[in-house]
Amino acid sequence: MTKLYDLDLVTLHEKLTTKEISATELTKATFDRIKETEANIDAFLTLNEEKAMQKAAELDQAGITSDQPLAGIPIGIKDNIVTKDLRTTAASKILANFEPIYDATVMNKVYQAGLIPVGKLNMDEFAMGGSTENSYFKTTKNAWDQTKVPGGSSGGSAAAVAAGQIPVSLGSDTGGSIRQPAGFNGIVGMKPTYGRVSRFGLIAFASSLDQIGTLTRNVKDNALALNAISGYDKKDGTSANLAVPDFTAGLTGAIKGMRIGVPKEFMGEGIQKEVREAVEKAVITFKELGAIVEEISLPHSKYGVAVYYIIASSEASSNLQRFDGIRYGYRSENVKNLEDVYVNSRTEGFGMEVKRRIMLGTFSLSAGYYDAYFKKAGQVRSLIKQDFDRAFEKYDLIIGPTSPTVAYGLGENINDPITMYMSDILTIPVNLAGVPGMSIPCGFAAGLPVGLQIIGKHFDEATMYKAAYAFEQATDFHQQKPTILGGIAE
Amino acid sequence: MAISEEQVKHVAKLSKLSFSEKELHNFTEQLGEIIDMVELLEEVDTTGVSFMSNVTENLNVMREDVSEPGTDRDELFKNIPEAENGYIKVPAIMDNGEAGA
Repeated sequence: MTKLYDLDLVTLHEKLTTKEISATELTKATFDRIKETEANIDAFLTLNEEKAMQKAAELDQAGITSDQPLAGIPIGIKDNIVTKDLRTTAASKILANFEPIYDATVMNKVYQAGLIPVGKLNMDEFAMGGSTENSYFKTTKNAWDQTKVPGGSSGGSAAAVAAGQIPVSLGSDTGGSIRQPAGFNGIVGMKPTYGRVSRFGLIAFASSLDQIGTLTRNVKDNALALNAISGYDKKDGTSANLAVPDFTAGLTGAIKGMRIGVPKEFMGEGIQKEVREAVEKAVITFKELGAIVEEISLPHSKYGVAVYYIIASSEASSNLQRFDGIRYGYRSENVKNLEDVYVNSRTEGFGMEVKRRIMLGTFSLSAGYYDAYFKKAGQVRSLIKQDFDRAFEKYDLIIGPTSPTVAYGLGENINDPITMYMSDILTIPVNLAGVPGMSIPCGFAAGLPVGLQIIGKHFDEATMYKAAYAFEQATDFHQQKPTILGGIAE
Repeated sequence: MAISEEQVKHVAKLSKLSFSEKELHNFTEQLGEIIDMVELLEEVDTTGVSFMSNVTENLNVMREDVSEPGTDRDELFKNIPEAENGYIKVPAIMDNGEAGA
């Protein structure tokens, strides 16, 4: 039998519509593959086997037609997206037994598309972190080297796709949490424009920055998946009431005359030499494809990390007040009065990084410090957004590295929050400005993938996909595979 | 600006979190370092720059004032740790006094 786990969405769709394979066979093969590889990757927190097999049988019964490009295809879901009757933990002890009573809007869209959710994916607790090491449950490994971090916070979503456990997953990105793990695992990860995808049912971390997006092994698959989950939702007041274009429409490979800016701040000090060189080669590829690539400046981007940690932590400290041990989630046994329920449930239920952010956020919002921290951060955020507005008057896209380095060793930075925070320096400004950003593979450093970040104008994901596809067609990075997916050793 | 252990204790109280002496000590140091990092912002001139809390322009989204069916009561109780006779059960509020913020 062909290795179904290695196929892209278009090929799988073709096999499903011609009945070469059934949805049941594909779903069964997916669980076999997960079980075979999970000891190495540890990407999943919960499997949805029974319901997934049932869904597949229903689809087989009804028949899959060519107008359902994703029907019957298995998908993995980051565990901060609520799924009705399927345990949703946000990788936290405080939600270890939480079974949502409703589906996130993206889940309804997943079901409408006929996608089959096979399980919930590991992450940093409440999406706070860049290595997935802040999960209460397990440590996910990089698909390319199991001694390295998968990145985070959507580390499970990225490693599972890169290792061929599933062909597509959903993640969320507040400061780089889709793009950085996609980069670390050599796959394609898209954080759409703020407002493109409904956040209803995404467990809130920083509501003005959070956005759900897609992770896949190639650009076209990613565009297909984003087609399925985008669109206005009256349940999310910040979702955009705009028509959603077909993101696959511009995948022609032709980008002659496209104007691309490379921020000098993204290519300077602190960027690993091999990462910079891979991006410089990508610039040459884009020029060869006929794009006009020039150096630009985003002068306030260096303040992004500081702004982010104030704003995101402040919003988190407010959003996480709801975890009080009363209506859902972990309740401490060690209580004498109601105050103990709040304090002890939170103290025992949250991990250290979550507590660190709640503390920083509460401090930033507290009397006497609000103006100096929260308000100042909101003003510098305006300046960061203006940098992008100015650049996009002249350029269609901005490119640079996704992260300053390739994946680092498990445990290497876990006790050093600032080093960990600084690794998001190139992805954070994108969330602060609300523009879309994606990562695609553009090279390797010592056997580990390098991610190329592509940043677009508000609601112009189509142009990003167009450029990413042209780059992908001109290079072979996306065809190189980790050993676990049959690479190198073959 | 360094942050004192007393301040950290106060913020912990506001956050409804408690820490051991050792954790408090570590947190004071780590938060101090993080605060030093974010104080980099002081060098940015923000005179006259508007405060930005969100990237969307439509801040108030209105809907028709019509009633819709709510969530089923039994379902809402599904994840409640302790319930009795249709009520959420919690320990007494007054015992040992409430350490409010």
